[in-house]
Amino acid sequence: MKPAPFGYVDPTSVDEVLDVLTSEGEGAKVLAGGQSLLPLLSMRLAAPTTLVDINRVPGLDQISAGRDGVRVGALVRHAQLLASSEAADVQPLLGRATANVAHPAIRNRGTTVGSIAHADPSGEMTAVLALTDGSVTVATPDGRETIGWGDFFLGPLETSVHGPAVVLDAFFPALPERSGTAFAEIARRKGDYAVCGAGVVVTLDADRRVSSARAAYLSVGLVPEVHDLTDAVVGQPVDTADWTAAGELARGLVDPDGDLHASADYRRLLVATLTARTLADAGAEAARRTA
Amino acid sequence: MTEVRTERSISVVVNGVPREATVPVRWLLSDALRHEFGLTGTHVGCEHGVCGSCTVLVDGQPTRSCLVLAVQVDGREVTTVEGLSRSDHQGGQVLHPIQEAFRECHALQCGFCTPGFLTTIAAGLDARDPSVEITEEEVDELVGGNLCRCTGYANIKKACRHAAATMRDEAAR
Repeated sequence: MKPAPFGYVDPTSVDEVLDVLTSEGEGAKVLAGGQSLLPLLSMRLAAPTTLVDINRVPGLDQISAGRDGVRVGALVRHAQLLASSEAADVQPLLGRATANVAHPAIRNRGTTVGSIAHADPSGEMTAVLALTDGSVTVATPDGRETIGWGDFFLGPLETSVHGPAVVLDAFFPALPERSGTAFAEIARRKGDYAVCGAGVVVTLDADRRVSSARAAYLSVGLVPEVHDLTDAVVGQPVDTADWTAAGELARGLVDPDGDLHASADYRRLLVATLTARTLADAGAEAARRTA
Repeated sequence: MTEVRTERSISVVVNGVPREATVPVRWLLSDALRHEFGLTGTHVGCEHGVCGSCTVLVDGQPTRSCLVLAVQVDGREVTTVEGLSRSDHQGGQVLHPIQEAFRECHALQCGFCTPGFLTTIAAGLDARDPSVEITEEEVDELVGGNLCRCTGYANIKKACRHAAATMRDEAAR
């Protein structure tokens, strides 16, 4: 199918983007990579009156990795983030999760920040933003503000940003010391929407005992969910930690819906299995980084 | 440009040839390629990014032409399956090694998905070091984003390995 008719404009500065979003009103929609938005248009699930293409705004395609974390600009493509060793050094989840985003052809065009602003609960990067306790910078005509992930995601495809506004970047805090990460998902076909996915961070104390275990899930809730699984493994030596118990704890904490692709029970089973599997990998990595 | 338009003029280099067109802004790149430029080698299957048939190269990068608006490639270079062949430096054209390999390995049946496979795999093979033997993981990654409902992929993957071997031999020469 073809998109319904719309007007198109491609401003060359953030101020111009905000001006045109203000003048065009409710029906205007920001277009970045378009890998989620254009299918919605073609399937006529969305019919904005105006598309405001931000691809010609300079300066938004930068990744800046510092000691405190990684800032990813609104026009950074998934492929660009996947290839960034600087970003992976500061926060390894970025590369690990991005490798699971769709296929290379989609990653060449789709943007990391766009998929966060799209707020799909089956998105990898929404889960990583949540797991790393990240935030986004939003520009409005009143100025710029930083919004933490918990205040940003309201529901499926819904964020707290309304009116004339554009997300300029996402900030992913650095991985803490003595920590490891892992990311895994189950999909019917490699690169397809995950039936269930999990990203985890394990942190050890100086004696290589587990001090924290946290997990974020995709495709199990209406918004990205982060669960603290520390209670199941706290104080256990990393080499013998009972990751299966942490998986069972997670199984009880999630409340997924069933759909055509998987029943709720199957999703809970996947949560338990993926949690145990990823925690073991993350624990091993944390141990290497502690040694 | 800050004026909201429903039609725009674009300049785009298609398969090495500069082209100009005035297109409705809601046209997808696949629409412009097929209907404006007459390049019907780009096949449109699902038209929402799932099947990969319409994949073309935008500035050398595999891109779904159904997930990019035609106005967005203004000033860019687009390569379609028609543009994969190369000069033989004797005034003629030769097929890309992956095109030869598809023929050699019988990697197509109905052929609908073939253009998307060819553009995606050609770009992937061109981007890698040809002297290194291709791995099964690389082959899976090359073909994983495209749907083929005839072949079962076995011969497409065989063609990837065949083309990689050809390119290795060419590089060694």
